[in-house]
Amino acid sequence: MNKVNITIDGIKLYVPANYTILEAAKEVSINIPTLCFLKDVNEIGCCRMCLVEVKGSSALQAACVHPVKEGMEVFTHTPKVMEARKVNLELILSNHNASCQTCTRSWMDCELQALANKLSVDMVRFEGENKKLPLDVGVSIVRDPNKCILCRRCVSACKNIQTVGVIDMVNRGFNTQVGSPFGMPLAETPCVNCGQCINYCPVGALHEKDDIDKVWEAIYDPTKHVVVQTAPAVRVALGEDFGMPIGTPVTGKMVTALRMLGVDKVFDTDTGADLTIMEEVAELIDRVRGGGKLPLITSCSPGWIKFCEHNFPEMLDNVSSCKSPQQMFGSILKSYYAEKNDIDPKDVFVVSVMPCTAKKFEAARPEMEVDGIRDVDVVLTTRELGKMIYDIGIDFPDLGDSDFDNPFGNATGAGVIFGATGGVMEAALRTAADLLTGISADNIEYEPVRGLEGIKVATVQAGDLTLRAAVAHGLGNARKLMEKIESGEEEFHFVEIMACPGGCVNGGGQPLQLSDVRSWTDVRAERAKGLYTEDRGTFIRKSHNNPAVKKLYKEYLGMAGGSRAHQLLHTHYEARGNYED
Amino acid sequence: MIKNAKELTTLRDHARQSMEIRLDRLVDPSPEKHKIDILVCGVAGCASSGSLKVADAIEEQIKANGLGEEVKVIKTGCFGLCAEGPIMMVCPEHVMYTKVTPEDVAEIFEEHIKGGNVVKRLLAGENEYEEIKDRLPQIPFFSMQKRIALNNCGIIDPENIDEYIALDGYQALAKVLNEYEPDDVIDEIKKSGLRGRGGGGFPTGRKWESSAVVQDHEKYVICNADEGDPGAFMDRSILEGDPHSVIEAMIINGYAVGSHQGYIYVRAEYPVAVQRLNVAIKQAKEYGFLGKNILGKGFDFDLEVRLGAGAFVCGEGSALMTSIEGKRGEPRPKPPRSAEKGLWKKPTVLNNVETYANIPQIIRNGADWFKGIGTEGSKGTKVFALGGKINNIGLVVVPMGTTLREIIYDIGGGIPGGKAFKAAQTGGPSGGCLPADCLDTPIDYDSLTKLGSMMGSGGLIVMDEDTCMVDLARFFLDFTVDESCGKCPPCRIGTKRMHEILVRITEGKGEPEDLDKLEVLAKNIKASALCGLGQSAPNPVLSTMKYFRDEYMAHVVDKKCPAGVCKSMVKFIIDTDVCRNCGICKKNCPTGAISGDKNTPFVIDQDKCVKCGVCMEKCPFKSIYKNA
Amino acid sequence: MSNTCANCADAQVKAQKLDEIVAKYKDTRGALIPVLHEAQEVYGYLPLEVQRVIAEKLNIPLAEVYGVVSFYTQFSIYPKGQYQINVCMGTACYVKGANEVLDKFRTRLSIDVGECTEDGKFSLEACRCIGACGLAPVVTINDEVYGKLTADDVDGILDDYEAR
Repeated sequence: MNKVNITIDGIKLYVPANYTILEAAKEVSINIPTLCFLKDVNEIGCCRMCLVEVKGSSALQAACVHPVKEGMEVFTHTPKVMEARKVNLELILSNHNASCQTCTRSWMDCELQALANKLSVDMVRFEGENKKLPLDVGVSIVRDPNKCILCRRCVSACKNIQTVGVIDMVNRGFNTQVGSPFGMPLAETPCVNCGQCINYCPVGALHEKDDIDKVWEAIYDPTKHVVVQTAPAVRVALGEDFGMPIGTPVTGKMVTALRMLGVDKVFDTDTGADLTIMEEVAELIDRVRGGGKLPLITSCSPGWIKFCEHNFPEMLDNVSSCKSPQQMFGSILKSYYAEKNDIDPKDVFVVSVMPCTAKKFEAARPEMEVDGIRDVDVVLTTRELGKMIYDIGIDFPDLGDSDFDNPFGNATGAGVIFGATGGVMEAALRTAADLLTGISADNIEYEPVRGLEGIKVATVQAGDLTLRAAVAHGLGNARKLMEKIESGEEEFHFVEIMACPGGCVNGGGQPLQLSDVRSWTDVRAERAKGLYTEDRGTFIRKSHNNPAVKKLYKEYLGMAGGSRAHQLLHTHYEARGNYED
Repeated sequence: MIKNAKELTTLRDHARQSMEIRLDRLVDPSPEKHKIDILVCGVAGCASSGSLKVADAIEEQIKANGLGEEVKVIKTGCFGLCAEGPIMMVCPEHVMYTKVTPEDVAEIFEEHIKGGNVVKRLLAGENEYEEIKDRLPQIPFFSMQKRIALNNCGIIDPENIDEYIALDGYQALAKVLNEYEPDDVIDEIKKSGLRGRGGGGFPTGRKWESSAVVQDHEKYVICNADEGDPGAFMDRSILEGDPHSVIEAMIINGYAVGSHQGYIYVRAEYPVAVQRLNVAIKQAKEYGFLGKNILGKGFDFDLEVRLGAGAFVCGEGSALMTSIEGKRGEPRPKPPRSAEKGLWKKPTVLNNVETYANIPQIIRNGADWFKGIGTEGSKGTKVFALGGKINNIGLVVVPMGTTLREIIYDIGGGIPGGKAFKAAQTGGPSGGCLPADCLDTPIDYDSLTKLGSMMGSGGLIVMDEDTCMVDLARFFLDFTVDESCGKCPPCRIGTKRMHEILVRITEGKGEPEDLDKLEVLAKNIKASALCGLGQSAPNPVLSTMKYFRDEYMAHVVDKKCPAGVCKSMVKFIIDTDVCRNCGICKKNCPTGAISGDKNTPFVIDQDKCVKCGVCMEKCPFKSIYKNA
Repeated sequence: MSNTCANCADAQVKAQKLDEIVAKYKDTRGALIPVLHEAQEVYGYLPLEVQRVIAEKLNIPLAEVYGVVSFYTQFSIYPKGQYQINVCMGTACYVKGANEVLDKFRTRLSIDVGECTEDGKFSLEACRCIGACGLAPVVTINDEVYGKLTADDVDGILDDYEAR
């Protein structure tokens, strides 16, 4: 790598030639303020917060996109720079619905607020017309364009990373906004509710639909038996809402906190994950052996499902008919669990805590019920759970550990790794290998399907079968992979797709990490690390060895893929048009 | 198909014969069949004032008089004197008629074409007609100009490539392909001192060089014909009057930098220019100036016209390129410069229409010739679009370094109605206003920048004492706010806030601290907007505040508009001493604000008055006046 | 629907033209803006249905197409009527009741400013001062100017146009 000599505020540096001024400044511990910048996601220099003076150029330059150059002299805090940043921030604030006290971002960090503080903005000198646009309230996502500061990070996420592209910049000049075509609600677009836009929003312009009150209502309703299930990715992220390091596993504290909230039972969605593996592997073997449609594609990620329904409707038969773990588990809780405990299924109130916004949409899909009983009643995101814990004054980091309730408390390591990209594939391979060979394999860590490569391909020998497997995460990668499969360029037996880059650990419902953290730390990798560590620490690491699952099949479901299982654990999909009436 | 330079020269010599009578250097009356060429301006202002109908009428007269053999009518490009249109010229005498209507044509034929007598009442200029031959150069409007760009406009038929070739068209291309290495071309342009005519005035040769040095087999050259400054129409006139000069220059540009594909980005509002360009490109392709193996020298180049869609910001280079890519025309931060990463992230050279129009002549006549014109830092000539409160509204081409006074008073014929000059606005919405003190400054890139304005594309709007400079600043901000792309906060919100403040001030609601706010905003937008347009958006405010601060003060402190323009600060008052109680004002007042009758004095109810001024206009006794 | 329906036939002709336009630009880089220009020539404006087809065939997200359309002033998402009604909302007209006149047009035609009647006959715009303050309130319909209007005059004017 070529390197160049530059000077920043008089400090001499020797940095790689492909650095931006922003990156170079970090080398000498100067954090230039940014707002629209998000490394590798949004590098467009539009917010004018990171302005610096570059010798020889009369206008100020955006440090986040300005490349370094041999001999360059940069000044990061001249009066001209400081005033420009401040005025620009005041201008942004003058057209921002600053209802900070009631904003969803008030208890988490709002990047705009933080900047105002950092730049010592004590008043807004330039007031004037303010935009007044309607809110878009969906099942999963709420958009408040009046808080939007047009940093475009959400557009990059939606269009470039996810290739969903249902929001973009519309109109011009002062009337510019982030919007959908013809201003239609996201619900009428091919939005998949993945919530990646929320993860990248620096302010409160995007957030999940808040369902906290419904949960409190159920908790304080004496007729309701409130059962909570928590997804694997939640446990390695929830702590971040309370200032703990990224990826810290807080499983035990989380269970303690949930009990303190007053719910009746706390179960692990991992049991649902194990169930999913049982059903999905049965389906896989059935298809491979029986000449069924291949590849079989996973169905755990509701963002992916809706994406497929919109974009690859002719491939829906390839998608596993398995419900996702949360729905399977909800269905079991309302049937088997209710029956076992002699509770009227109508009184079982299932709350899922998910790293995901699309799960809210999934739970609301009309087909997600059995005999008129909804599988899941309310879905909360990790953030919402954090909010509930925060609201009632629990000092989360200080909590002691508790165990999940039985019978669904001892899930497997296979279920845990569901939260990371490649995890479902790995869990399935662990089970498939054993089932096909009839021998319990010791070597169960499938490295080729782990990690953050966009599309991962592996060939695995399972008994007499040579399985070709592919894993894609992030819908942009999913689209690429699907196009290859559709065109016949690539052939696979089994494909795992997760809507969010990195998988569920980076879901749209996870605690927010501000851009100056996200830009320099791979949140996905840190959280996944937590999951793989927990997997290694579990006694049972294969889904088919989960005693609760075994018992469930024996006592209630019969065979994996059998008729009862089908009634409770499987679903169907529908092709969806794009913007059609 | 012209295969080489020799064939080109042969064609030129042949085509020239039929044009001799239009050219000043007529030596030998040619044995051509027709003896008279009638040139009619067929573009821009003249076309909207009916010149095409005049041309039709001439055709009819030719037919009616059976003069098909002797008289030819040619629809040309702009003569420059746009306010006097429709304009036509009879050659070989070079008699120019102005404000010609179709009804005048019969008389012109009877008197002039057949009778040999000039129709004096239709002549350009006010002086008595003396000697036909020397007539044109005597009018200062023409004598003080020096046309390089626009050289062929008004002489050739822009839809006929032969006429362009007749006047040495494509000779520069032939010279370059036969005699120059690409680097030689760049050296020649650098030596000429030519600077970009579209805005900032960046040296053209250096621009070409920075793209030429980048190694890439895919490069682009683009002609910026997205002329958006209100009041500027020189690019339009060049494209409509001499499209081949731009095409030839772009091929040369392609050869110099190693590009094989060019784009001309034209405003969709210029349908005639688009049509002329398409005709010209088609002809150039047929003749082999575009396509493969041009003039047998192995160089390939193609050209495509792309239309804008109504966004001023697309005049900014990077925005223009994003627009060609099919996206919202938003600028991107630089570096990287377009020369390295431009259109489709490939090395790209972008030049404005007028810049290109200079190139063929620089190549033909040599850099030294061009360098001999103009000032130290700004070489050659510049086209200005004269407008506003000035007698000769139109296009003028003057050497760099000509003073404002020469342009406004000598060429422009001064200010109508004997009013006093107040300011000249140059550079459009990015430029500034120059007060009377600056009248004797020689105009070039650097002097204008020093004065707080800029050359811009060459719009030059003259203001007299009736113009309110605060209102003018508001007007320009109106435009900027409308046309901001919205990408960066300083421009998107900053110009909006400036506009709001200016509206407040012009409505008489301004406070002294508003002036400070304007200054803070202006300074900051200049320093921090993402693109050149945003950075220059505050210029109209800054320059008016600099030169006309007292007017701002009058608005915010005394709540008065000295020029009597800002309506909410203006009162219409009836001078009862002069009023004859005729009641015409009352009858015409749209809001019923005037009361009075034969016996009661007429008065205007200021609460009801909307300051439309109709009463003052209608009063036969001039008894109503404006009180600023 | 039967082929004899004039509207359907017209829609089919237009749809075919749109297909041809997109096909023509299939291999052109940066085709979106030229396609939008030509599509607008065919349809007169760029409604959702047209933008959807363009988005799909050029493989560009509809939101991006809409973003481009809304950026450039030459593109319109509203149809213009055969008769374009412009109600001057300059100060003088406003004071003389232009608002009531505008309201009358709105209710009579059941359209809002910027919209067009379903039969394509009338579109309604409110414009800045057209400098005919002496005639306030002023309305122009295509090239004709109507001055000193009251809300009561609106019915008569529209009846006249509807009869044409």
